[in-house]
Amino acid sequence: MMDLIDIQNLEIAFGGGQVRAVRGVSFSLGQEKLGIVGESGSGKSTVGRAIMKLLPPTAIVNAERMRFRDVDLLKATEKTMMTIRGRRIGLILQDPKYSLNPVMRIGEQIAETYRFHHPRTSRAKTWQQALDMLEAVQIRDPERVARLYPHEISGGMGQRAMIAMMLIAEPEVLIADEPTSALDVTVRLEILALLDELVLRRNLGLIFISHDLNLIRNFCDRVLIMYAGRVVEVLEARDLDKARHPYTQGLLASLPTIEDPPARLPILKRDPAWLEEFALEPAR
Amino acid sequence: MIKIDNLTVRFGPGQRPVVRDVSFAIEKGTAFGLVGESGCGKSTVLRALSGLNANYDGRIELHGETLNQQRSRPFFRRVQMVFQDPYGSLHPRKTIRSQLKEPLRNQGLDTNSVDMNAVLRSVGLDPALSYRFPHQLSGGQRQRVAIARALMLDPDVLLLDEPTSALDVSVQAEILNLLQDLRTNRGLTYLLVSHDLAVVSHMCSRVAIMEAGEIVEQVDVGALRKGAVEHPYSQRLLRASSLYGRA
Amino acid sequence: MTISSEHADSVNTGGLRNWLLAPEPRGWFQSSAQQIHQGWRKFSLHPLGLAGLAIIVVLIVVALAAPLLTSYDPIVQDMAGRLAPPSASHWLGTDNFGRDVFSRVIYGARTTLYIIMLVTVIVAPLGLLIGTVSGYFGGIVDEVLMRVTDIFLSFPGLVLALGFAAALGPGITNAIIAISLTAWPPIARLARAETLSLRKADYIAAVRLQGATSIAIITRHILPMCIPSVIVRVTLNMAGIIITAAGLGFLGLGAQPPWPEWGSMAASGREFMLDSPWVIAAPGIAIALVSLAFNLVGDALRDVLDPRGSE
Repeated sequence: MMDLIDIQNLEIAFGGGQVRAVRGVSFSLGQEKLGIVGESGSGKSTVGRAIMKLLPPTAIVNAERMRFRDVDLLKATEKTMMTIRGRRIGLILQDPKYSLNPVMRIGEQIAETYRFHHPRTSRAKTWQQALDMLEAVQIRDPERVARLYPHEISGGMGQRAMIAMMLIAEPEVLIADEPTSALDVTVRLEILALLDELVLRRNLGLIFISHDLNLIRNFCDRVLIMYAGRVVEVLEARDLDKARHPYTQGLLASLPTIEDPPARLPILKRDPAWLEEFALEPAR
Repeated sequence: MIKIDNLTVRFGPGQRPVVRDVSFAIEKGTAFGLVGESGCGKSTVLRALSGLNANYDGRIELHGETLNQQRSRPFFRRVQMVFQDPYGSLHPRKTIRSQLKEPLRNQGLDTNSVDMNAVLRSVGLDPALSYRFPHQLSGGQRQRVAIARALMLDPDVLLLDEPTSALDVSVQAEILNLLQDLRTNRGLTYLLVSHDLAVVSHMCSRVAIMEAGEIVEQVDVGALRKGAVEHPYSQRLLRASSLYGRA
Repeated sequence: MTISSEHADSVNTGGLRNWLLAPEPRGWFQSSAQQIHQGWRKFSLHPLGLAGLAIIVVLIVVALAAPLLTSYDPIVQDMAGRLAPPSASHWLGTDNFGRDVFSRVIYGARTTLYIIMLVTVIVAPLGLLIGTVSGYFGGIVDEVLMRVTDIFLSFPGLVLALGFAAALGPGITNAIIAISLTAWPPIARLARAETLSLRKADYIAAVRLQGATSIAIITRHILPMCIPSVIVRVTLNMAGIIITAAGLGFLGLGAQPPWPEWGSMAASGREFMLDSPWVIAAPGIAIALVSLAFNLVGDALRDVLDPRGSE
């Protein structure tokens, strides 16, 4: 099976079926960087969480197929998911302030993750693993940083620590939900370069969820555009300029640019027909 | 219109200044951009100018008149602010209409003297939304209400603190267009604070770049667009932001 | 926009429902009615809260309609029929003075209601005022007000109430004052905590930038935000207030005999507990039931008014 993740016709509803957050989403993930772009309410984060089965128990999840390698995620029990979450599929969230434990030192949290997946390892070895991982995410002074608490480090370092924590279990897939949105522009580039290198070196599949179209077009290999719970277009990142769906075109047009701003930004007119159409695939 | 000389702000005596020796001037009717990353002090400059923070050293002039650190009531009829978070800048338990009347109430003006429907229409909102509460509006609609509220007292100057950072891209475009139109139609002066160089380049005629509490460079927007910046930080910022431009 | 597929029973209810669910309210009255309606719908998702509310409604109805519900006078004695067990003529039996226990419980509900209402009317505004002023101004005002609050907080409620009641003399009015003096500090603390976080909000900054005075900000902007959590807290504390009142009554410091009050009824029923348990059981169950009801309503109210994790 070439694909790491294969999803066919995913439907997710909340509130007893009243709110259809995800409607008929299908895609597959290989060893590539796949971007999922959408505005708020498009359902992109819900898809990410559905893969990890992290949705609230009141969510109604249906699909023709939702597989991770040979594991049927739909039928997987909680026990199975616990061997997958954090171990075979990692999740990086937006703000390290909220995803790192504030009362544990950075090094301890990473070491704890390692110990969780490799029990009965000596303290010294887990600490060394944590330090090695901090170095792999390009933190210059791992011994010092490992002893710091999350509130003592910057946002960029926090995200690197988060990535270290997720990668130490050596996952096969990484899901990143707005991992750089809370970071400054210059730091963002560094984190993206880091993710790029790690994905390449470790042969990972990466799902990058973001609202930032510009970021995704420059970073990812393939892009999924989501609107109101549906995928409206799928294309190669380098082909974004040739987007055919009016929503994608509208999104691209409404972005202000530094070099050449128009006098007025074109307004995106939402066509209710977009709620029902099928996705536009790249012409083969 | 606005002149700031050697503004320095410290949070507490003996602390390192968050804003250090900042000076710039804004011409009447223009939009001035203040750009920088988080922690550079740009919002602090805005708050000092608005009167929310009275503890500063240096001089702030409005239309040639030096301002006291404690602003007087009439000042607020000339300078108003639009905040970043549309979810936090409106009172959760008051109707839209009530919040729009609030500036009039606080200035001792007759709350019936203004046509509320016209006010809502001027920011692109349907007057039927008057009696809704903020949680019944979308982010873009809330920001429009915030802009309408800021304009109730007919100010000359609008201070804009990252007005579109919390909004979706398509909504951002609408709000930026609205702000452009309002400025041209009413002859307003803007001070726009943002971390997004593209937004600033779109809206402003002159830009100051801040790092660690200081202004490292001031340029006209034409120079910014051509990439003709000199300070190494400006170049880094521009390079990082440009990587998001059209391929 | 599609209309929800609810059956309109008649033109009237259909109209009311549409009015309450209209997306664009046309006036302040409609807008407020809609918010209350939304709140009620949320509240009615809690079966236990509804049960508690039902009990409280029964309490109010019973207290108001007392003369209609019983023909026995709660005060008139009948030594011949003392300590009679529950029967068809005396539903809950009679006490040691021959008075009908059922009537005394019902008239005692009036006393309980009276105490609850007065305490709330004193404690809520006082706590809100002190808390918001303290939290908004900070500095020396905050220090002074909070130290005063601390002093009142440092005494156990019942003991302090006892002390005040003993100093002021027995009687229901003094009991109410005594209870109020011990019940306000947590409200003040709560209001202060809310104010401390609210005052940093952008919408408060916006109002300051309109030239609003501090008083205007506190009364028109901060108070409305504190009221929901205060309502919840007062409701939850009600059980404690009822029990403190009963405790004072039990010790003879509340409503004075012969007027029925659940606490003093329980006290006088103590002696006969083994032979005539109904004398103490009836008021005891009444106290427990009403306290429970307030706790249940308070919990449900908290989900409706003060949801921290719902947005």
